[in-house]
Amino acid sequence: MKMTGAKMVVQALKDQGVEVVFGYPGGAVLPIYDEIFQQDDIKHILVRHEQAAVHAAEGYARSTGKVGCALVTSGPGATNAVTGLTDALMDSIPIVVLSGQVPTFMIGNDAFQEADTVGITRPCTKHNWLVKDTADLSNVIHQAFHVARSGRPGPVLVDIPKDVQFASAQYTEVKKAKTSHYQPKVKGDADAIERMVELMETAERPIFYTGGGVINSGPAASQLLREFVAATGFPITSTLMGLGAYPASGDAWLGMLGMHGLYEANLAMHDCDLMINIGARFDDRITGRVQDFSPKSRKVHIDIDPSSINKVIPVEVPIIGDVGHVLEHALNLWKARGRKVNKDGLKKWWAKIEEWRKVECLRYRNSDTVIKPQYALERLEALTKGMDRYVTTEVGQHQMWAAQFLGFEDPNRWMTSGGLGTMGYGFPASIGAQVAHPDSLVINVAGEASWLMNMQEMGTAIQFRLPVKQFILNNERLGMVRQWQQLLHGERYSHSWSEALPDFVKLAEAFGGKGIQCSDPKDLDDAIMEMIRYDGPVIFDCLVEKHENCFPMIPSGEPHNKMLLGDAQATDAIQGKGAVLV
Amino acid sequence: MSALQIKKGSSKHSAYDLRSHMSEVMERHTLAVVVDNESGVLARVIGLFSGRGYNIESLTVAEVDHQGHRSRITIVTTGTPQVIEQIKAQLQRMVPVHDVHDLTVEGQSVERELALLKVAGTGDKRVEALRLADIFRANVVDTSLESFVFEITGTSEKVDAFADLMRPLGLVEIARTGVAALSRGPQA
Repeated sequence: MKMTGAKMVVQALKDQGVEVVFGYPGGAVLPIYDEIFQQDDIKHILVRHEQAAVHAAEGYARSTGKVGCALVTSGPGATNAVTGLTDALMDSIPIVVLSGQVPTFMIGNDAFQEADTVGITRPCTKHNWLVKDTADLSNVIHQAFHVARSGRPGPVLVDIPKDVQFASAQYTEVKKAKTSHYQPKVKGDADAIERMVELMETAERPIFYTGGGVINSGPAASQLLREFVAATGFPITSTLMGLGAYPASGDAWLGMLGMHGLYEANLAMHDCDLMINIGARFDDRITGRVQDFSPKSRKVHIDIDPSSINKVIPVEVPIIGDVGHVLEHALNLWKARGRKVNKDGLKKWWAKIEEWRKVECLRYRNSDTVIKPQYALERLEALTKGMDRYVTTEVGQHQMWAAQFLGFEDPNRWMTSGGLGTMGYGFPASIGAQVAHPDSLVINVAGEASWLMNMQEMGTAIQFRLPVKQFILNNERLGMVRQWQQLLHGERYSHSWSEALPDFVKLAEAFGGKGIQCSDPKDLDDAIMEMIRYDGPVIFDCLVEKHENCFPMIPSGEPHNKMLLGDAQATDAIQGKGAVLV
Repeated sequence: MSALQIKKGSSKHSAYDLRSHMSEVMERHTLAVVVDNESGVLARVIGLFSGRGYNIESLTVAEVDHQGHRSRITIVTTGTPQVIEQIKAQLQRMVPVHDVHDLTVEGQSVERELALLKVAGTGDKRVEALRLADIFRANVVDTSLESFVFEITGTSEKVDAFADLMRPLGLVEIARTGVAALSRGPQA
């Protein structure tokens, strides 16, 4: 069928199963917007900034497991998308960004709103394309979706000059599209899997260390993981990205590991004799000082991306493949070999872990007069637990507290910027998640500074009646920056306070939403319930303790067993059980 | 798979496996990368090297299969064994990359580089330049009464040696192609 390039874009998106596009129009994408106007199959969500379009697409992708899609114009539209693309690359989120470009005959002439979009986005996409001929366009879009979702997922960009949108050519259907030779391996090597199972049968102090790869592999992978953990009785910890793959209420759950992870999780990682890394990448927030990382263990690493293997930490047993495939194979093999584990070893190992748990590393000193951020999240957890809930976060202290104090029972329920650490991610991501799940409770746990970075999206939330809850832990500080300045820079608080903050209640009202402010711990439960019950966007301005630090903490460059348990426990715990650790 | 992806029958297989993965020894490897000849592909490969801080000692690229739109990029790089493995894995996962061959470990290979050298001079120096060129089997591809342009083909070391000899004899300019390399034997 012959059609214009603009029509092809819409047709290809439909054929790829796209239901929602987050975007912002401009001169170089007008033909595509004209086509969007003339159809009802694809819903377009008009954001207020292109960065938010990409983060919203990420939130949509992460909460559904589908590919997210964003549409931006040339020049500034494309450059504004760069942060979102980089964020998606670091966290392996499948998104397709379509950008307009000046007409082919003007490329290179410094035309109005021209930017070298494929040049700029080359290092922050899995792959990108500049389509110079309408005849290639539909094929390239199909290929883009294939690349975004195959192997280790990630962002791709298709740059479409305006004349290519106007010209007509033959449309290529999905099944006839050349998806190139790009076919990453999903099945793990059988010998390596057998080696892993052998190690599991004899290990005295094993641990599963899981990451976002389990979530990316799909719900079946999380199910297999749960079965494997239940059958073996091995303890399990997860990175920030992998929360929810194994339920927080599960018996074997140690909590998150890493720089602000739980004491028991980090100590277990340090002292284990068998580490099974499933879909995680030994990020520096996890390993601390690499020379001292888990010195006594043999390591297995399951990852779909060969470049993750031995990048940071050398492993004895690399298994390249999709987590779901590898776990299924391994589980069947382990069962067939007689379901063996080292029972005595495991019993002692769990006893050791129980000792670490007694440290109660998340303990904090509560207050009757001021809302502690930890308390706010504990109450949010208590009051929303069991609800059909999706949580996004911004970046900073609140993000770490959210990871520590909120429990996730299922995958795809927790969306946070892990690799890139993008302040301003959470609000648009909550919009993307809410678009995908209109009837669910979507909460963005935010800090006031991060939230202000994309606050313009209140307009989007109001326009599309997206009842996202912006739960802002307002300490009038860049809390994590302030914490590092206190601990590492001689308490010189250089530019880490939020001066001239808006009145968040009035701000919400100005946009047509609801604002709630709470400063008294006694009012907190009622205020949270009011937020949940309100049918519309809410900005919840939770005024919290201004100088609370986030603990536990592995200081940069230190190994896992050098955790700081924090000033909250300084009087009792540090002189007692924790004294040896600090 | 072993992270090394060594071909069966490779003569250096065992030695490669024996070396310490975390060794700090810098190694020099010649990689042959077969890519789709699409616009920007060279920028992708170079961007990978600069973005991740890898070294490029030499790089050559040209289309080798016009119908299949394939180009072959030959890269000489240095790094610790861990870095070399990373480079290969990072190249391998790029969408337009079809194949990555580490010619340094996949059995024996031949490497050649072509260089053009302009040597200006008269009298004894001119005669000596011509005599040395003959020893190195360099061809004269251009001449004037006070200059030659020599064409020399060989390993990079041979080109270096020839250039060093030409320097006192009036070397004014040199153009080198960088290394092209193929594995020995019948297989691709």
